[in-house]
Amino acid sequence: MTIDQLMNWIPFGADWPALAFFAAVLVCALTVFLFIAVYALMAIYGEVKISSFMQDKVGPMGQGVGFHAGKWGLLQPVADAVKLILKEDIIPTLADKKLFIMAPFVVFIGAFISFAALPFNQHTVVSDLNIGIFYILAVGSLSVIGIILAGWGSNNKWSLYGGMRSAAQIVSYEIPAALSIITVIMLTGTLSMQGIIEFQKGTIWVILPNWIIFNNPFSFIAFFIFFISGVAECNRTPFDIPEAESELVAGAFTEYSGMRYAFFFLSEYAEMFVISAVATTAFLGGWNSPISGFFDGPGWGLFWFMGKSLFLVFVMLWFRWTFPRLRVDQLMSICWKVFLPFALVNIFGVAIWSLIIG
Amino acid sequence: MADLAFWMIVLLTIGGAAVVVLNKNLVYSAIALLFTFFGMAGLYVFLWADFLAGVQVMIYVGGILVLIIFGVMLTNRITSVNISHSSVQRGIGAVVVLGILSILVIMIYNTPWLQVEAVEPVQTVGKIGYLLMMDYLLPFEVASLLLLAALMGAAMLSRKSN
Repeated sequence: MTIDQLMNWIPFGADWPALAFFAAVLVCALTVFLFIAVYALMAIYGEVKISSFMQDKVGPMGQGVGFHAGKWGLLQPVADAVKLILKEDIIPTLADKKLFIMAPFVVFIGAFISFAALPFNQHTVVSDLNIGIFYILAVGSLSVIGIILAGWGSNNKWSLYGGMRSAAQIVSYEIPAALSIITVIMLTGTLSMQGIIEFQKGTIWVILPNWIIFNNPFSFIAFFIFFISGVAECNRTPFDIPEAESELVAGAFTEYSGMRYAFFFLSEYAEMFVISAVATTAFLGGWNSPISGFFDGPGWGLFWFMGKSLFLVFVMLWFRWTFPRLRVDQLMSICWKVFLPFALVNIFGVAIWSLIIG
Repeated sequence: MADLAFWMIVLLTIGGAAVVVLNKNLVYSAIALLFTFFGMAGLYVFLWADFLAGVQVMIYVGGILVLIIFGVMLTNRITSVNISHSSVQRGIGAVVVLGILSILVIMIYNTPWLQVEAVEPVQTVGKIGYLLMMDYLLPFEVASLLLLAALMGAAMLSRKSN
């Protein structure tokens, strides 16, 4: 459901269109915020549990009569949230207060406004922008500024190094990610998220769904370039030198505590979801069912979209607990010497492929 | 509502620009540019130029602003970036500013502005792409060549020469 439809539902919409618009925007924003909060708590629980299973531990567990963290530790996210809210808010004396306070909001807004263009199913999208996918790539750059602000504002050498590393990394990896998206745009001929998903309906080669990842060999490679660059843009392991604990304590977030830190945490998980959702939309058919014609419809659309996106989020967690961290030089050489040439070849290849076969 | 949003965006743009010029702290000036760039993107949206707004955010916020902040932070005395731009020769400056301002105001009021009805939003992306690839292909390619040359030049300069 878009903002326009929401406005039609509001009873006083005809009399005060401005007020109705404001109300509709507020409803959408609150829904997205609640979604991010609940999803992030669940994802953090998932991360703790999955990492524990991968390391042959059990993770948070309820113990006996007291149920310290509920059954299977299910109440652990609640405890985490309460802890983060109650923690003392510390601002270092020598920190640049204005920038220090501003940074978490800038990072969070960067992740938050990306959700405006995510199509959760056939009808649920805050606004099906004409330039949807481009919009998401563009506003993603806001978080870079926020992280630099955090690094600078903290007035701490680890923070500063972390912020600089993070910015260098995100700016570099934006390029292969955007170039991979260009292959998708060349095939679909539209920047609208719903338009890209509409293109991927039906089947290809009898049984395979007509998703862009299966469209041709070049887009198959493009998906992996985009997804790995996306992991790097989220500063997740194996690309987490910006907050490498063993060198930089916690990078740009060293001085943050309590709710301010929680906002960085929320935005990291929100960004993971955005990257996964864009990968799903652009390459994995969005809300399209894997078996064409079966399990279609708005409810199933939501199921498929969330299922695919959350699976990709799970893959990111899987990466984190499987791969060791890359060095700075390895990180940059992968981006500029491997991903960038491959992404450029992909664009050329997709162009030739569409001319000859498509 | 549209009016209110428009004036808020104008305030954001001009306020940001004013902070850029008037603030003595270089980092604050760079950060204030963020608001100005976003305000510019908002103004593009009001002109139905949605793609241009996206480009504005992507290139100016994601590219140029990050570059500027990097430049500021990589300067030598990183802890005391207080490069103040003090005002000198205020009298002559005021005269020049007033002169330019009056010329601009007179021009704005004397120009026969082309008034058009509010148009339906049309898709601009396709048209821009068509023009770039058909009518303006040569300038487009020449610009890309120039950028490539600049990129290689920057790489050459930043190399430690042996």
